Amino acid sequence: MIAPLPLLQQLVLVLAAIVLLTSFVLLAQARLISAIHVFAWQGALVAAVTAVVAAAGGAPHLYFSAVLTLGLKALLIPWMLHRLARRLELDRHVETLRLPTLVVMAAVALVIFSYWLVLPMVQEGLAFTRNIVAVSLAVVLIGLLMMVFRQQAVAQVLGFMSMENGLFLAAVSATAGMPLVVELGVAFDVLVAMVLFGVFFFQIRESIESLDVDRLNRLKETAEERE
Amino acid sequence: MTALLVTLIAPAVGAVVLALLRSLALAGWVNLAVSTVSLGAAGALAWSVALHGEVVGLGLRVDDFNVYLVVLTAFVALTTAIFSRPYMRHVCERGMTSEGGMRVYHAMYQAFMFTMLLALTTDNLGVLWVAVEGATLATVLLVSLYRTPEAVEAAWKYFILCGVGIALALFGTVLTYFAAQHAMADPANGLTWSMLYRQAGSLHPVVMSIAFVFLLVGYGTKVGLVPMHQWLPDAHSEGPTPMSAVLSGLLLNVALYALVRLKMLVDGSLAGTQSPHLAGHLLMGFGLVSFLVAALFLHRQRDIKRMFSYSSIEHMGLMTFGFGIGGPLATFGALLHMLVHSLTKSAIFVTVGHATHIAGTQSIDHIRGLIRTQPVVGWSLLIAVAAIAGFPPFGVFTSEFLLLSATMQAQPWLTLALVTGLAVAFAGLFRHLQPMVYGGVPEGQKPVSANMVPIAVHLGLVLWLGLAIPGYLAHWLDRATQLITGSHLL
Amino acid sequence: MDHLLSQVTAWGLVLLQALLYAVLGPLLVGWVRKVKALLQNRRGAPVLQPYRDLRKLLVKETRVAHTASPLFRAAPYIVFVSTWLGAATVPLIAVDLPTAAIADIIVLVGLLALGRFFLALAGMDVGTAFGGMGASREMLVSALAEPAMLMAIFTLAMGAHSTNLSTVIGHQLAGGLALRPSILFALGGLTLVAIAETGRIPVDNPATHLELTMIHEAMLLEYSGRHLALMEWAAQIKLVLYGALIANIFFPWGIGESFSPGSLALGIGAIVAKLLLLGGALAIAESVLAKMRLFRAPAFLNLALLLSLLGLLSHVILEVGT
Repeated sequence: MIAPLPLLQQLVLVLAAIVLLTSFVLLAQARLISAIHVFAWQGALVAAVTAVVAAAGGAPHLYFSAVLTLGLKALLIPWMLHRLARRLELDRHVETLRLPTLVVMAAVALVIFSYWLVLPMVQEGLAFTRNIVAVSLAVVLIGLLMMVFRQQAVAQVLGFMSMENGLFLAAVSATAGMPLVVELGVAFDVLVAMVLFGVFFFQIRESIESLDVDRLNRLKETAEERE
Repeated sequence: MTALLVTLIAPAVGAVVLALLRSLALAGWVNLAVSTVSLGAAGALAWSVALHGEVVGLGLRVDDFNVYLVVLTAFVALTTAIFSRPYMRHVCERGMTSEGGMRVYHAMYQAFMFTMLLALTTDNLGVLWVAVEGATLATVLLVSLYRTPEAVEAAWKYFILCGVGIALALFGTVLTYFAAQHAMADPANGLTWSMLYRQAGSLHPVVMSIAFVFLLVGYGTKVGLVPMHQWLPDAHSEGPTPMSAVLSGLLLNVALYALVRLKMLVDGSLAGTQSPHLAGHLLMGFGLVSFLVAALFLHRQRDIKRMFSYSSIEHMGLMTFGFGIGGPLATFGALLHMLVHSLTKSAIFVTVGHATHIAGTQSIDHIRGLIRTQPVVGWSLLIAVAAIAGFPPFGVFTSEFLLLSATMQAQPWLTLALVTGLAVAFAGLFRHLQPMVYGGVPEGQKPVSANMVPIAVHLGLVLWLGLAIPGYLAHWLDRATQLITGSHLL
Repeated sequence: MDHLLSQVTAWGLVLLQALLYAVLGPLLVGWVRKVKALLQNRRGAPVLQPYRDLRKLLVKETRVAHTASPLFRAAPYIVFVSTWLGAATVPLIAVDLPTAAIADIIVLVGLLALGRFFLALAGMDVGTAFGGMGASREMLVSALAEPAMLMAIFTLAMGAHSTNLSTVIGHQLAGGLALRPSILFALGGLTLVAIAETGRIPVDNPATHLELTMIHEAMLLEYSGRHLALMEWAAQIKLVLYGALIANIFFPWGIGESFSPGSLALGIGAIVAKLLLLGGALAIAESVLAKMRLFRAPAFLNLALLLSLLGLLSHVILEVGT
């Protein structure tokens, strides 16, 4: 029998499971604008998990982290991506995954792998949030999978940001949040990375007339004669 | 303490000033000035550490291991700034980049220095991560400075691959913090390296092993270990030459420094378990594979800067291997190798910058007759490549010899692999070098105004270190070895 | 004597439950149609209209094509009996009925599969184009829906350590109000599967006879009279079946736990209320959503499978070994 958990802790489990679902949806979502919205929801859910962990464990500095995550990941970065997509004329862009079934199966395999990897930690009999470390590692790895299999530059950036969401979830669930200095630093890095990505989209589009990253293939190992 | 603060604040302030400065000519001099201030402060810092042991404060910590890296970073930054001033003005005149691009270049140069120095001097693992990621972000725009399709592709690859690697390193950091929370008396110090090191024995070994794997893959991507090296040849060859020099010479060292610090923690945690040398073996494995693969790939390169990037991967692999073996002899050798490789590799890239300027191309097949057109450049390229290939009496020979001796003591059969790799790399480098330096001179190739001072200084230092390592430097490295491995060499 | 009395009561309840399924079927369909009509600002047919339709069909003449085989005449009976039998075992008003022993999820899936098999064969039997088309589409949908359904059910079964529906419902009742991600995902998966299996929008339109959009209706096109009545009734019982599954497994409160009259009355009231709510929700969903194009049905069912799979993974990762 599964021991009944207090309500807040159950809520954290449910929210973490829905974050995993959003990560799957993000992987397979063909419409770019919808994908950005799903990413925003993922950020909001991670912020919600942070807030609930703060309430359950009584760690007040986590409230600040929750607000920071909400502002950055659920509002600011999706807004920036949205604006970029409009300026790059990708509003109605639809990009289907090449091998959707295989990719989703690979994602499920990654979930199982993450669970196996953190199993020695979970068995240490530590507090309940350790289970969520497996989910957060899965989110990180599925973000990585997304970066590998998607060909559109903006979709790759979404995968990268989704990895950061997973990392943040890991930090919150395993350790009740990193020290504030580190969190601010990480948030700053993510923001700067986003700005740079924006700059890059324009540079890429200028150089190869499209944002299909597969076309960036001039640099090869057996480099042909170049100037 | 003041010296430490000045070392850090100077580049930060410099970055802000250079971002606002409009005049290109002045920017070059300001860059130089800031680097000089930084080097002076770093020198003072080294003196202070030599006298008092450690400098601690404000979450920063400078001990024997990182002080020499700090001085090295500041030094190479200065010499590269000296080279970069006229070179970048020439680049701007040729129209390869705009005035706005030059402002970005100078500002990011100092920002990059700041993040590297912060990474080297911080005591907090989280801040270390932030600084290393910051270094990547600062250089990304610089790799794509020339805006050619190849440059943009290289920068994108760099950004994505290093971003992914760094994200995995963050997961490893989180796991380390997690282990610390259960082991330490005051969990708030869970990310402070010095505290963790003191209580390393009580960190949970399984958690630390898993964390180290993530950290190795993460920071290893930044070191350029195979198979996470894919970004390195592109990024180092497509950016402006001063960037190649500092990326190859400095950033790779910083990432390796992070790995060694973390290895010290993991060793402390795993001591007394069934596999106490796990970290070392992992480092040895990755290092050896990188070394061999890079030596082979060297032969196939057609672009001169790509070839030398593979040489960087090869040497970083060798250093990683050395740190993996552990023990005072190998660690001393690896530390010395970090030093001489930085100096030699940055000298090589500066010389290559002049060579490509003369020939007008980066393609090996089209660079010819350097020694006839401009003997100074031809000779320095020859000498520099001899140095990096491990010819005596240069310093690289000494460090490689030390590493080989250590391998013979620890794992005799691997010595064969190392020697083979060294021979293969040597063959590759000289095979490509010979026609470039001695071949027939193409039509219309003219000498250029080349500032040879940085190259001469670097190669002179490397020669000096090879002939007779000064006593204080040897003792300096020895103290660092003592810190890392717990025992002296000398 | 007491024992005999309780046995009689128990078996009487079994019979009552079976009859309730048969009776509630048309009522639920009528309710859904009424709500849809109200949402479209019409008055709509009366809620009891499906009963009148069934009675009309039962007395009408049955015409059979001359190319039909004996299977064509037998199929309506087989479909009706298998669906009704499957439904009769699902606990509706009380757990722990004597038939609880055969109320196994896998048996249920098997019985429904039997019915579906004969329905598809009957569709192909006469040799018309519409029938064959309907049968192949039905097989496509069910081939993808069955794994999803089984996965969702297994998620619940893992918690209760049994595939018996009574045990699962009893386990759910004992757990109290527990927010568990595996339950939520299984609910999502099962709802999507229910929509696909009962042929509702967005998978299939139950009110259409257009060639491009029919699935279930296509297979029934050749039937008339009492054959058609039985087939339609079977479809209505299937809807109640899935509704009862969702209502009683995921929201089991109110189901009768003993055979006392009070408990049974509560059970009947509870299930009627839950079915009305579910029917209303279905009507709203059907009004809001558009029917998907057929080749998108696999994506819909893949989502159901994914949800069920995530439910299973959540159960193993998040809930066991806490």
